[in-house]
Amino acid sequence: MSDETTTTAAPKIPAQPGPRRSLLEIDNVTLRFGGVVALDGISFEIHEGEILGLIGPNGAGKTTCFNVMTGVYKPTSGAVRFGGEQVTGRKPHQISRMGISRTFQNIRLFPEMSALENVIVGTDSRHKTSVPGALFRVPRKRPKPEELPEVTATSGLARTWQQLRRSFAGTFGLSRHVLEERAAEAKAMELLRFVGIADRANDAARNLPYGYQRRLEIARALGTEPKLICLDEPAAGFNPAEKEELLELIRKIRDMGVTVLLIEHDMRLVMGVTDRIVVLEFGRKIAEGAPAEVSRDPRVVAAYLGESTDAA
Amino acid sequence: MNFDDLFGHFGQHTVDGLSKGAIYALIALGYTLVYGVLRLINFAHSEVFMVGTFAVLGLWTAFGVENNPPIGQAILFLVLGLIVAAIASGGTALAIERIAYRPLRRKNAPPLIFLITAIGVSLVLVEVFGLLLPRLLGGAVPSMFSRERIILGMPTILEQKTVIEIAGIEINNIQLIVFVSVLAMMAALDWFINRTRYGRGVRAVAQNPETAALMGVNQERVIMLIFVLGGIMAGAAALLWSMRFGITQSSIGFVLGLKAFTAAVLGGIGNLRGALVGGLFLGLVEVYGATLFSSEWEDVIAFVVLVVVLMFRPTGLLGESLGRARA
Amino acid sequence: MIDKIRSLDRRRVGALGGIGERWRALPKWQRRLAGVALIVFVYCLPWLGKLPGNLVVPGLNNLRTDSIDGGSNWAGVLFTCAVYVLVAVGLNVVIGLAGLLDLGYIGFFAIGAYSVGLFGSVNSPVVKWFQREFDLPQTWAVTWAICAMLALVLTLISGVLLGWPTLRLRGDYLAIVTLGFGEIIRIVARNSESLTNGPQGISAIPGPEGPPSTDNQLFGLVDVKPWYWLAITVVVVMVFAVRRLEHSRVGRAWLAVREDEDAAAVMGVYPFKFKLWAFAIGAALGGLAGMLFASRYAFIDPTQFNVNLSILFVAMVVVGGSGNMVGVSLGAVLLAYLPERFREIADYRWLAFGLAMVLVMILRPQGLIPSRRRTRELKDRAAEAEEAPAHV
Repeated sequence: MSDETTTTAAPKIPAQPGPRRSLLEIDNVTLRFGGVVALDGISFEIHEGEILGLIGPNGAGKTTCFNVMTGVYKPTSGAVRFGGEQVTGRKPHQISRMGISRTFQNIRLFPEMSALENVIVGTDSRHKTSVPGALFRVPRKRPKPEELPEVTATSGLARTWQQLRRSFAGTFGLSRHVLEERAAEAKAMELLRFVGIADRANDAARNLPYGYQRRLEIARALGTEPKLICLDEPAAGFNPAEKEELLELIRKIRDMGVTVLLIEHDMRLVMGVTDRIVVLEFGRKIAEGAPAEVSRDPRVVAAYLGESTDAA
Repeated sequence: MNFDDLFGHFGQHTVDGLSKGAIYALIALGYTLVYGVLRLINFAHSEVFMVGTFAVLGLWTAFGVENNPPIGQAILFLVLGLIVAAIASGGTALAIERIAYRPLRRKNAPPLIFLITAIGVSLVLVEVFGLLLPRLLGGAVPSMFSRERIILGMPTILEQKTVIEIAGIEINNIQLIVFVSVLAMMAALDWFINRTRYGRGVRAVAQNPETAALMGVNQERVIMLIFVLGGIMAGAAALLWSMRFGITQSSIGFVLGLKAFTAAVLGGIGNLRGALVGGLFLGLVEVYGATLFSSEWEDVIAFVVLVVVLMFRPTGLLGESLGRARA
Repeated sequence: MIDKIRSLDRRRVGALGGIGERWRALPKWQRRLAGVALIVFVYCLPWLGKLPGNLVVPGLNNLRTDSIDGGSNWAGVLFTCAVYVLVAVGLNVVIGLAGLLDLGYIGFFAIGAYSVGLFGSVNSPVVKWFQREFDLPQTWAVTWAICAMLALVLTLISGVLLGWPTLRLRGDYLAIVTLGFGEIIRIVARNSESLTNGPQGISAIPGPEGPPSTDNQLFGLVDVKPWYWLAITVVVVMVFAVRRLEHSRVGRAWLAVREDEDAAAVMGVYPFKFKLWAFAIGAALGGLAGMLFASRYAFIDPTQFNVNLSILFVAMVVVGGSGNMVGVSLGAVLLAYLPERFREIADYRWLAFGLAMVLVMILRPQGLIPSRRRTRELKDRAAEAEEAPAHV
């Protein structure tokens, strides 16, 4: 793994504090749809622990680039490597298990499932309950004392029943299903609290307000325990106050130790939070570097800033 | 496995297969047109064909056509049959669109709902012709509706005669009519879709409904048009079927519909020329297969072809496009 | 007219929704108690309106199918209902939970029926072949219990074999391919005389007590009550099993795939694997139902596995409310019971099923008793449609 980016077209890279390990490498990726070149020889790296911004005008290939990284599209040529392993050619669920997770620009939650369940689907990717396991639920795992069923009733039949269950679990153990289900629920609740929407945990995702849905997507993606989370225009449709909250959340995610790739249209948002920025235009990379530098790059100004700083 | 028969009479089997496949192709057009524009499998299309055969039977019964009429009469009743079948089938297709699909489209229902509705419509039509009409009209039209769900015979309107013989391959008059009329219908439809103003509207909606709507194409009218066109083709197929096989039944559509759908997928559903290629190809495979094994397995062969095509080349031989496939 | 039906429907939904809310608000133990009471009631149904000792209860007696002239044996109808409920519960896994339209379910039903027929009956060519090859007595055949296991395993395998190549297809293609599959199974059963006896069918199919004979104490041909109890026991066990799957990682994966396959894949769910499981589990339940059916009638032939039945099965699920086990069970019971009780309409039942499917899809696509989740999905699609009328 190299410490530097391999491209030369980009402006000078500012000195980073200490050596950075590269987490994801996009190596000369080209993608064609029929005669249309959607991505043309893109190369850049994402370093561990950073927040990288991927920006460009509409139709520059940001989301396409994203889809290549998460296995939705296969590149025509070139490769994507994650922690040294090939991503190209793997199926989306395998890529997710490697540690790449994402949100969608046009929100794609599971609308009929509750917010909590949505996140649990994410956490399920780390679970191992099989179909027969969920069916037979054979008790075969010895639970830790804190995992045993609690006795909450104060008296009567209910208490006896709960005590029986507890001693049964203590003697015979619990099934993987039960343990994982409980862990998943706790973890999902924690993530909902983390993104700040725990108050609506049991509402169907469909019925959540727009801002909650965006946050729920982030929580669901974090549920898969990613090393890299890719956020596709997470602030779309937000007002300035909400955007500020989102920035705070993105920083918190990075502080958790998760690397963040941020696709954004809104230049100010990207400037405020990212460590480095990659700029795309018409499927090519036109600049890469620290936010301050990139925003001064004449090509970037010409291609992007001039036309949409007002719009954003 | 009867290789001797297959290779001994290969040319003859080919002609038989092509004439069989030509009828599949006409029915397949109905699936392809609707699919090309709406991305919907019109499951009830097989019953559109069935209604066409009943219309032909009704016409011939009403005029008391007898076996082997004089040639002038035969031609008259074939032409009249074509008109009546086209009206009946086209009307049925249009009615299905208006009554069943349109309310669903308004609600933006998922594809599964369309499919289930189509199955329901199909069942209703089969039962109307197999049960309800015999109950209601059994006395009035005994030749058509005397008993429930029976196989109905039709008068032989043309006697089968070999008209061309090349190198031991015999082509009879009926096969010739089937070939010529199917090619003519195909050419006419192709011209209509590719060369006329209406056809341009159809292609526009097939490629991009939103843009077409912005450009002022009346989408509802295009949808009605494709259902009617598909129905007319099914009506023509119904006439050719009646002429060639001379039987019908309320449940005749099911297997034929499945095969025509296979033909459509085989050629590339949504692609008009693909329907022709797929139909002919399927006809050939069936006749060869039936010769090789036994005619009992004909339907199984068609189905196996469908699965193999879907697995290895889901876009069919010529690719999906009524214009261009939509992502 | 349609608007009137719609407004009536809305009022009814409101009332039903209220019941649903109140039901969910009850404490767990009360719901369990009610569940147990329901099961007991279902077991007692053969005595509905006609208690042991020929004590007739006037009002309830009219619900029985043998209360009309030439009506069918009541327990027999209940047995059919139970088998159909089993089918509906199985098909619900495929259609309601995983969102795959399977139009060839009768194929699995037939495979289940033929498994017990081919291995359990002394008249089957397969058993005769075993007798010849291994010098077994003329009365030898595989025991019923093993046949039942075989039915389960063979249909599970056939579900995987059919699903493996076809589940990668788009949903509408899958529907057509499965439809063809159902038809193929029937044609194979009819044409392979050396294997299945062809159109003559297979007789002397055993029940739990062995081959049909007058000596059988419980599972005879006259008293159908034990058959009903057997079927309902299977149903209860299977409903319980499916519920376990539904409320686990597996059920969540199915729902996620049904709602958005691509998003589910990105979240680490392997859609193909879970679709295949749903397909195989659905197939196994269908096979089990076919096995019960064959054992009860002791005779099967290919005409009993007509493709129309596949469509009836789909109708049960979608009319009842796909995704909801109570809904699909209700659908199954209605579609099996009504034509038997109201003989006047029996001939028109296929017409009625067709109409019911069309009307339900147009007026109330969630079915009679919708699953809570599904309702919202469909309502919102309508809302979307209003916002953006330009979409097809």
